[in-house]
Order: sequence, then structure tokens, then C-alpha cells
Amino acid sequence: MEHLNFEFGPFERRVPLKAPLIVGVVGSGNLEALLEPADLGGRVRFDVSTSIKGFAPTWSAVLRDVAERLGCGDLRVSINDAGATPAVVVLRMRQAQAAIEAGE
Amino acid sequence: MSAGTSYRESTARERIARFFDAGSLEEWLPPSARLSSPHLPALGLPVAFDDGVVVGAATLLGHRVLFAVQEPAFMGGAVGEVHGAKLTGLLRRALTDRPDGVVLMFDTGGVRLHEANAGLIAISEIQRALFDARRAGVPVVLVAAGANGCYGGLSIVGRSADAIVMTEEGRLSVSGPEVIESQHGVEEFDARDRALVWRTMGGKHRWLIGEADALVDDAFGPLREATVRALATPVPIDLATVRAAHRALERRLRRFGAMDDAVEIWRELGLEDPEGVPMAEVAALVARADTIREHGRG
Repeated sequence: MEHLNFEFGPFERRVPLKAPLIVGVVGSGNLEALLEPADLGGRVRFDVSTSIKGFAPTWSAVLRDVAERLGCGDLRVSINDAGATPAVVVLRMRQAQAAIEAGE
Repeated sequence: MSAGTSYRESTARERIARFFDAGSLEEWLPPSARLSSPHLPALGLPVAFDDGVVVGAATLLGHRVLFAVQEPAFMGGAVGEVHGAKLTGLLRRALTDRPDGVVLMFDTGGVRLHEANAGLIAISEIQRALFDARRAGVPVVLVAAGANGCYGGLSIVGRSADAIVMTEEGRLSVSGPEVIESQHGVEEFDARDRALVWRTMGGKHRWLIGEADALVDDAFGPLREATVRALATPVPIDLATVRAAHRALERRLRRFGAMDDAVEIWRELGLEDPEGVPMAEVAALVARADTIREHGRG
């Protein structure tokens, strides 16, 4: 297992999330992401636990893009990863973004 | 069928959202509680925040139920220590909450081998809690309609429920196809022969020999309605029920014990065109076989 942490921001807007939100499942080639509002001074924090070691630079690049697309802070994202490709990571985070914007 | 309408193709959380009444859901020990497996990290395996099972309370067509729904994609729905404790706790909660029933949606290979001792102990605890709930008058219904089937220790737990609702895609058996083949050889059971697997363990056969109580299409509407009907007809958990089940097993053994294949059993039941059963529409099969099928309750 590899545990990675990344922080991006700060962003002016606070994430409009009232309750924790979960997307995805921990199946082969997939991941789950738990999104929770948190007081992080406007920053977004990602805590990644992955079964695939050695991809920290890729995670950093993909999640930086995710955070900037999301454009809001005070958000903690916890990820359990079972070997998702960068495309799957992005799709899951867009799913989360869509759920946030739909007010779920 | 698309993921929108097929139970089999849906995740646990999609199943919950589509199965129970909208707005009625309350989840206990949700992902944010981070109650994950303590064993998997030591083996270098990722955990899930809910350990692969969602438990809570909801209403189903207005009936107040407790539910447990396994996530099929996480470790094949297998039972680990935390996963099992959530199932046990839910069934014990039925003793104090006194809901109209407990709905168990199993989609599992059985015990999680990575934490096998804890998982096996959990199975016995779940079984005891299920009997306690039934004895207290709370009916328990198993929905076995997932892609993993319902195998191993949880198949025994499932058969201890008041009723079992299945689809033809669902499977129910103690040992899975690969286990039987590895123990007894490919001549005994060819696990790659999918037609053999389904006519031996699939929903149609389980319903025809009386182990499943309802057989419906793989869609949420029929599954919901069959589950509510099952909740309304609890089976007393007493000596008379056990004796009736033993009589049913004796009759089955007498009628079918010498047979090698499900098709022979279907012919013995009096089904016309037994070879056509696997291709038959569920509603048509139910209509022509409900009066001649075996009934496991005696």
C-alpha cells in the first residue's frame, strides 16, 4: 500500500457540501472517494490509499487538475484505490462534482 | 438490461436507492465513520470505508424495514470481521426496533479468505442473530439476485431466512462451481459450463425445487413487490416447521436422489419441455410450474 497526501488551493469558494458524499466502489481498476467538508483554510486535501505503488507524480498531476476544475475549497477527499487509471480517477471526481452541483 | 433497471448490474448504493422508498433511507455506520477492515492493510490490500456492506433502516412500499446490502465489486461481497459485525448488529437491532422485517441483499462468495477466522466466527454470529430476530417475530427475507450469487456461509444464513426472493440470474449454493470442481474433478462439475452452473444453482432451479420462494425478473419493481409479499408471510420458527422441512427434504431425496442433472428433475416434476426451462420467460415458467414445483417448507 502507498499513502499519499496532496493539498491544493486555497480557493475563495467553500465547497457547497453539507453531508459526506461517496462515489465509486473499491473494485478492480476502480476506486471510492469520500468527500467531506472540512476547515482547511480554503484548501482541498486529498488522502489517497492505493494498492499500486510508484505513481505519486501522476496522482499529483491528476488531482491538481481535479481540484482546479472543482474550484472550491475546505474539502477533504479520501480515496481508496484498487488500481484505477487516471481516466477513471477523473471520471469518478467528475461524478462527485456533478453530485455536489446537483445538491445531493 | 441497463444499469438503471437491472438489479444485477447495479452497485450496492444504486440498489438501495432504487429498491427502497425515496427519502426513507437512514444509513448506520456510513463511509464517513471509516469502519474499515483492520486486516486488509497488513496484506497490502485496499479497504472500503463501509467494508463492503451498507446497513440501515428504510421503508419499502410503506413497510418499515432494516436492510443490509452487500457491494458486489468489493472483494466479491465477501464477509470480513467488520462486514460481519455490521450484519450481526443489524439483526440484533431488529430485536429492539421491531421493524416490519429485515431485508438481506446478499451478493457474495462467502467468507473473505484474507480474514477467514474472523469471517467464519461472524457467520455463526449472524446466523444466531437471524434466528433470534425470527423468534422475536421479525421476518427476515433474503434477496439473492446479484452477479456473485449467494455462496458459502452466507448461503446457509440465507436459507435460514423466512423466505428467499430470486431472479433467474441469481445463484444460491453452499459451494461455488470452482470449489466443487477443484474438490471432486471436472467430471463431477465443470465450472466453465455456464449452462450447467445456472441450471444447477440458478434461480429457476432453486425455485422449482422449493429452495427459493419467489422467482421474478431482474428489475426493481418485481423484486420490491415480491419482497413485500414475502414479509407478509412469515414462517414460524418452531419444531413443526423443522419437521416439515425435513419431510420436504426426504421427499426430494426420494424423488430426485438418483438423478444426475436438473433437466431430469424438471421432467420428474411434470414440466412439459423440461429442456426449454433455461430459455423460458420467468412469468411463463411461474405460471405453468407454481402448482407442480417442490415446496421446501413441507
